[in-house]
Amino acid sequence: MLETLKQFSSPELSKTLLDKIFDIADRYKEKFGKEPALMEVCGSHTVAVAKTGVKKLLAGKVKLISGPGCPVCVTDQQSIDAMIELAEGENRIICSFGDMIRVPGTNRTLMSAKTDGKDIRIVYAPVDAVKIAKENPDKEVIFLGIGFETTIPVLGVALKVAHEENVSNFSMWVTTKLVEPILRKLLNEGEVHVDGFLLPGHVSIVLGKNQYHYLVDEYKVPGVICGFEPVQLLNGIYQTIELLLNETPDIINAHRHIVRDEGNLQAQQLMEKYFEPCAEAWRGIGIIENSGLDIREEYSHLNAKLRFPIKVNPPKKTKCRCGDVIRGMIKPEECSLFAKACTPTNPIGPCMVSGEGSCAASYQFMREE
Amino acid sequence: MSEKISLAHGDGGELAHQLIQEVFVSAFEHHEHARLDAALLHVPSNKLAISTDSFVIKPVFFPGGNIGKLAIVGTVNDIAVSGAEPLYMTVGFILEEGFLIKDLKEIVTAMAEEAKKANVKIVAGDTKVVERGSVDGIFINTTGVGVIKEENFLPRKIKEGDSVIISGTIGDHGVAILSARGELGLLTDLESDCACLNRLIDDIMSASNKVKIMRDPTRGGVATTLVEICEDFKVAIEIREDDLPIKPEVEGACDLLGFEPLYLANEGKLLVIVAKEDEAKVLEVMKKHELGIDATSIGHVVEQGEGKLFLKMTLGSRRRLNRLSGIQLPRIC
Repeated sequence: MLETLKQFSSPELSKTLLDKIFDIADRYKEKFGKEPALMEVCGSHTVAVAKTGVKKLLAGKVKLISGPGCPVCVTDQQSIDAMIELAEGENRIICSFGDMIRVPGTNRTLMSAKTDGKDIRIVYAPVDAVKIAKENPDKEVIFLGIGFETTIPVLGVALKVAHEENVSNFSMWVTTKLVEPILRKLLNEGEVHVDGFLLPGHVSIVLGKNQYHYLVDEYKVPGVICGFEPVQLLNGIYQTIELLLNETPDIINAHRHIVRDEGNLQAQQLMEKYFEPCAEAWRGIGIIENSGLDIREEYSHLNAKLRFPIKVNPPKKTKCRCGDVIRGMIKPEECSLFAKACTPTNPIGPCMVSGEGSCAASYQFMREE
Repeated sequence: MSEKISLAHGDGGELAHQLIQEVFVSAFEHHEHARLDAALLHVPSNKLAISTDSFVIKPVFFPGGNIGKLAIVGTVNDIAVSGAEPLYMTVGFILEEGFLIKDLKEIVTAMAEEAKKANVKIVAGDTKVVERGSVDGIFINTTGVGVIKEENFLPRKIKEGDSVIISGTIGDHGVAILSARGELGLLTDLESDCACLNRLIDDIMSASNKVKIMRDPTRGGVATTLVEICEDFKVAIEIREDDLPIKPEVEGACDLLGFEPLYLANEGKLLVIVAKEDEAKVLEVMKKHELGIDATSIGHVVEQGEGKLFLKMTLGSRRRLNRLSGIQLPRIC
């Protein structure tokens, strides 16, 4: 496995692929009179193309647009305010994924609530929060469950354990997102022009290749599922442009050693068993019907939204343009706050906070001077 | 003697005396310097280097060391990288009521061993005991005193072309600690690199008088340390991604968590900036020392970009490296 991974970062192979992309991108431009515009859906891809220098090297040849695949960035401001409000309650332990604790709400962050003495803990696996609940029977333990299809099954595992072991002081505040509804919305509204997609390696492990055929059947837009190492990224970009050049839209699974056509059935069953579709609010985009999953009614005793109802005011309007960034409408640098009022030390919006955020990736990896 | 630290161990009475005699004096030896309220030191120089640091690490015991070893190493290295020879050290302990005395003994033994290896004498100390919950087990402060030889004054003027050398693989301590915390589900056998660098530094300073500056890249890692050098001395440095020595398990853990090895802490690694013409000579002596076997040149001082650190990437482009902003947090996806 290690040998395979080494090949995926081989400089020689990467340089050969780069040359091939320059060549095919030129041919594409000759044929269609413009550079191909590819959207990397996944936040980890956004970071990888910035960090490896691929985005900079392809500038002027291939337009790489950052998509809406960072789970922290798409979390609605009102949800963040609600999570912080939730942490204010007495006798509670709030468990969260790392990135979330720095995301600013309207007035503060989970980190500042922690500094003020609230018990907020970072966990890597949601099931660890169930363990914390068992160890603290006199406290209410609430896990903040955000994420795409990659993360939803592991949220399901935590619900399964809490339900089967009858952990009565555990609940989950869920605000999850699904890939298909947001891609459909982007394509239907056409605000940003996308010729092809670099499809997410992690999400596809759960969903499988077959799930993406609507892109080809309904929108005639090709996509390539690829991994995160330079060779995988460059190969994904090359194959997508090749499909575009030949005008043969298709879905290619270039991550076959990990992604199966049908996906991970066990993970899908967990999602099906514990969650049901719901309308979700996306930051800067608004509510999209059936774009998220919430805890099924039969497990409502584990639903923190029902156990601890919270009402928050609509957020104050700021100049933060994270909503436009996640839709691929603007580059992070085009936001007037970027690298001035908004930096990783003092973030205004979640795209600057998250390790997978477009703004953070641009700030950390794209600035030279 | 009781098994656990109690508040009475800090009240200056019989139990406190017992603790000092049985745990500290027996481990640190009773030097002539420490017979008065203040340690009287013989210092053969009028140029002293003094450094102090506090250690609050979690977990207290980790693969490759413990908080005591770290408290010696951290201060010895801060003195040594300044070009000074570390001679004496003071130690302050803040102990939580209930802390196990056997654990304290293990920590103190590690301190004594490490100080002996580094040829540093522990000449004064202090112990306070606080109520349960006031500290996390044990906090240690160490202050070190060293002397600077006339010919070893650092820093010297850094110039374009100077080489940047690292003494070994980066990020080992950071990943060992993350793994030892057990919170992230990481399982590696990786040990912390925690070690005193003063002997290695002696060898380097004997081999070359063209060393410009040295630093131990602890918190904030190699990147933050080099950014500070760039800013403080108004130079630009470019390091090469291809030449960074990183163990596969460190790379793997970083991939998984979304961390960057360049920002992970090291506790036994040395960064040396040396004139290009002495690069080979310095690398040769470093590789002969057990703490410098994997020493390698990772970059050089470049002409343009005063105050900035750059990373030359494998695929040919380069990007700027900034200080670590806040803490590195594990990613979600």
